[in-house]
Amino acid sequence: MNALILATDNVNVAQNVAFGIIAAVMIFAALSVVTTKNVVHAALWLVMVLAGVAAQYVLAAAEFVAVSQVLVYIGAVMVLFLFGIMLTRAQIGKETGLNNKGWALGIPVALVLFGLLAWVIVDAFGDDVLPDRGPAPTVMLSDQFLSIYLLPFIAISFVLLAAAIGAIVLARKD
Amino acid sequence: MLAVNFLLLGAALFCIGVYGVIARRNAVMVLMSIELILNAVSLNFVAFALMSGAIDGQVFALYVIAVAAAEVGVGLAMVLMIYRNRKSIALDELSEMKG
Amino acid sequence: MLAAEAAQLSSGWFLENVWLIALIPIVSFALIIAFGKHLPMKGSEIGLASMFASLVLATGTAIQWIQRTNSASGGEESLGMLQAFGRSMPRATEGEVQPFIEPVVHTWVWWSNGPLEFGIGSSASGLSVLLLWLVAFISLLVQVFSLDYVRGDRRYTHFFAAITLFSGGMLVMLMAPNMVQLILGWEIMGLCSFLLIGHWWEEEANSRAALKAFFTVRVGDVGLLVGTAIIFFGANAWAVDNLDSNGFDINAIQAWALSGEANSKFLLWGAIALFIACIGKSGQFPLHTWLPDAMAGPTPVSSLLHSSTMVVAGVFLVAQLYPVFWQAFDIGQGSLTFIAVIGAITIIIAALLAFVQDDIKKVLAYSTVSQLGYMMLGLGTGAWLPAVFHIFTHAFFKCCLFLCAGSVSHSGSHHSFDMKKDMGGLRKKMPITFTAWIISTLALTGIFPFAGFWSKDEIIDNVGNNGYTFLMWVGLGGAVLTAAYMTRATYLTFFGEPRGAAAGEHNGDEHSEEHEMEHISVGAHEPRSLGAAANAHGADDHDAHDDHHASDGPHESGPLLLIPIVILAFFALFAGLANPTPLASRFGEGIESMKKYVEPSSTPVAFEDVIATGPGESIMLVDGRVSASPNAEGAAGGEEGAGHSSGCGFDAPEPGTACFFPSVTHAEPSFNKILLSLGVVAAGYAVAIAFNIAFYGRKNKHLVGLTERSKVMRGGFLFLKNKYYLDALYENVIVRAVAHPIAKGTNWFNQNVLDATVNAAGEGARRTGVWVYDNIDQRIVDGAVDGSGWIAEETGHGLQSTQSGKVSQYGALLFGAAAVGAIVLVLVNVS
Repeated sequence: MNALILATDNVNVAQNVAFGIIAAVMIFAALSVVTTKNVVHAALWLVMVLAGVAAQYVLAAAEFVAVSQVLVYIGAVMVLFLFGIMLTRAQIGKETGLNNKGWALGIPVALVLFGLLAWVIVDAFGDDVLPDRGPAPTVMLSDQFLSIYLLPFIAISFVLLAAAIGAIVLARKD
Repeated sequence: MLAVNFLLLGAALFCIGVYGVIARRNAVMVLMSIELILNAVSLNFVAFALMSGAIDGQVFALYVIAVAAAEVGVGLAMVLMIYRNRKSIALDELSEMKG
Repeated sequence: MLAAEAAQLSSGWFLENVWLIALIPIVSFALIIAFGKHLPMKGSEIGLASMFASLVLATGTAIQWIQRTNSASGGEESLGMLQAFGRSMPRATEGEVQPFIEPVVHTWVWWSNGPLEFGIGSSASGLSVLLLWLVAFISLLVQVFSLDYVRGDRRYTHFFAAITLFSGGMLVMLMAPNMVQLILGWEIMGLCSFLLIGHWWEEEANSRAALKAFFTVRVGDVGLLVGTAIIFFGANAWAVDNLDSNGFDINAIQAWALSGEANSKFLLWGAIALFIACIGKSGQFPLHTWLPDAMAGPTPVSSLLHSSTMVVAGVFLVAQLYPVFWQAFDIGQGSLTFIAVIGAITIIIAALLAFVQDDIKKVLAYSTVSQLGYMMLGLGTGAWLPAVFHIFTHAFFKCCLFLCAGSVSHSGSHHSFDMKKDMGGLRKKMPITFTAWIISTLALTGIFPFAGFWSKDEIIDNVGNNGYTFLMWVGLGGAVLTAAYMTRATYLTFFGEPRGAAAGEHNGDEHSEEHEMEHISVGAHEPRSLGAAANAHGADDHDAHDDHHASDGPHESGPLLLIPIVILAFFALFAGLANPTPLASRFGEGIESMKKYVEPSSTPVAFEDVIATGPGESIMLVDGRVSASPNAEGAAGGEEGAGHSSGCGFDAPEPGTACFFPSVTHAEPSFNKILLSLGVVAAGYAVAIAFNIAFYGRKNKHLVGLTERSKVMRGGFLFLKNKYYLDALYENVIVRAVAHPIAKGTNWFNQNVLDATVNAAGEGARRTGVWVYDNIDQRIVDGAVDGSGWIAEETGHGLQSTQSGKVSQYGALLFGAAAVGAIVLVLVNVS
């Protein structure tokens, strides 16, 4: 399929090749996240997916988002996950019972959903070529944040504060 | 590059995440699957931002990252509390909410 | 030149600095919290001083508002000029057209989001100035009352902090120039009412009452948010185009609603949502249940919050955004409006409920609900001015009644509020309280010449005049009921034989009210440490306490309690003279000061004269001109006759002009109607007095026990006693429904339908799986799944029972349903 796209798309071969490789790695890693029997391995596979997403951001000319992705997700969220795993599971290594008994139900649902999404996407954006714009300056992003998206920005700050307090309250032993 | 590339990748990640949410029994794993879903969505945002030339999509991707951070914090705190009370984080055992 | 100067509306320091009135209490709140405990009077002096300062400022504002209004219409030069421009259209019934007096708006940008700026500041219009003064005045008196009443309470400082912040919140809301600030004040009040109702939260009943009040009001508050949003999206474009303002600005909303360009759907749904908020806050019919329970708070709180200030917030909202409701519900066309119906229902059902209450405060609470119903009825039928006037008069006499009840329980009935058990015969023991109570009762029931007469009769009169004959009779019926239940309360409290604590004995019969009061009463005489106070229910404490009071018996309250009561009783007597419409024919219209100074004029104003009222500019409208567009004659010239149906609120204003208030009609007072209502009330009194003496005094055996003997009577009594089972409905049916029947139904559905389906699917899948396992290479199955081999051995096993994990099952259903729904949508759109 990638070859097909490469053949039809004459814009930037290197970009397409990079995208294809990273995408393949990401899909594989994501499948591993949801299928592996080892919780710690799942977390590490997730790191792979997240790093891949960051790389895709770079390809999509969103460098600031890519950096934030690395800092927040790989830096902070993953550490949280690893702590969560350690605090809730003594055992590191293969486990049984990571899946529900009814896990197979997820397969048709996911497949139907994917089929639907793929069809809709191809139907709607099948021929659209992404323009080659070069990275958007971070200044533009900050302008947006501090002008029309100021209110959501304040709101998200409150959400983070509330989440921090809430997490402390929930996790505190007393 | 075609826009479809990004969007299909996002759709695939999303569906894998959905599968994970449905299939996994361990609460931490379910949270990880949710992260997959969120990343798929922000990937789409960024792709659309590139497509339209407006930077708003990137702004929303950043918001999604912030919300995800908050969500993981609270979610893991809840998992910890559940673990402390029940010594298990298997979601199928948490069925007190049933009628 | 002279004429031009005369036409300038005067302003002044007070009008431009209205924001100080609200700021002072809010700052004081912080000061009380921070330093209150270390001050000699435990912080109450800060609260009192702030309320006094607010009152002084509000008085100054009121005087300057009156000057401003006079400067527009009073001077002969200005009149001459008005006539020279042909603006003054003589109306057959109402004399010359009042020019529209622009509110003095003063805002700062609070925060901005893109082009949209949210302002905070103050807007002084007739309505807001009136209520600002009223709230400052009532708050000051109530705080004076509280000095003695809650003395020694362990959370004395916090009480004063909360009650000061409450007043601040109300003032913020009253002066709000935009909806965002209005919501802010509204929510501050909601929070403070929660704190104050639950002041003695150690008793579970009190904290439950606080929660109930909070949650019930919150149900309505959702309506406020939704309504504000709807109105914003409806009005924003118009306001930006025409007034250089935005859709949150209250003046802009008023003008938009009357512009004739407003989308009727936005108006209707916005008005309905906003009115739901008013139903919650002002205790109207379906959501009135929280108000009587809120009596669990200290009496000053009941007096301030639940009689005269907080609960009129909803009425104020309707009055302030009156053009929206006017247009949305077609009030001008005389159609039966949502507001009027709710108001009428509230009047009757609350009055009936007041009959079966034994707690004196609950009688007053239901009376408040009923009176709020009158205000809503008035607003819903186009009687704007009488309704607003009723807010004004009602505040005095209802506040006075509550304080009297507090005085009675403080000094007369050993902190009990139970009329049947612990009161009776107190008129000799507490003559001043008794006199004030009687004055306020007469005012409440609308007896000439007390305050309530002027406002309530005006409402009833105008309701009839605007064509709502049936609702007028409902109002009159409510007046009869009011007379009757107040007679009952008066008789039980002040006449007859002293009972229980009022007779000087403290029966061991402890009900919750006494418990709550224990903390203060004990502390009042011997300040206690927290630990000791927490022990107040201990047996030894209790005995000592009993001795103390038993020796005292009922007595008149001290001066700190009586002074506010006396002042309020004075106003209950004379406040009606602020707008004595029935006297206007004799003394001229000048005597109707409310009509002149409070009711906005319905004269259209040219756009260019409305200086942007949006935020972002400092002093605006200070030198606003008297501005009626020269070409507005058609719109302004209401012809004579019953219900002139032209002018603002009926026709769209001329292009380039805006209306801010619909032209409402005023009933001509007639002697017959006054006589009718007075007669009706007097009849109510007569019947009620006779009945009460027979029932409670002489224990007439035909009447006593009637509810036990007659099935019909008993049914009615129980129906009322259980508050129409509304609480039961809410708690047992609606709330439980979420937990029980619906949950059960869901469970049944889950067990029998979903599980059966899933089981069947699982069974089918298992057989298929077995078949597949047996017949096809298991690797193909794996490949169909995700290509890894290890699943194969679990395939059959996994498909056997798909119904185990609930959460993931729901997740699967959720995503599956979303996918199916999306497919359907796509198919529909494609084909």
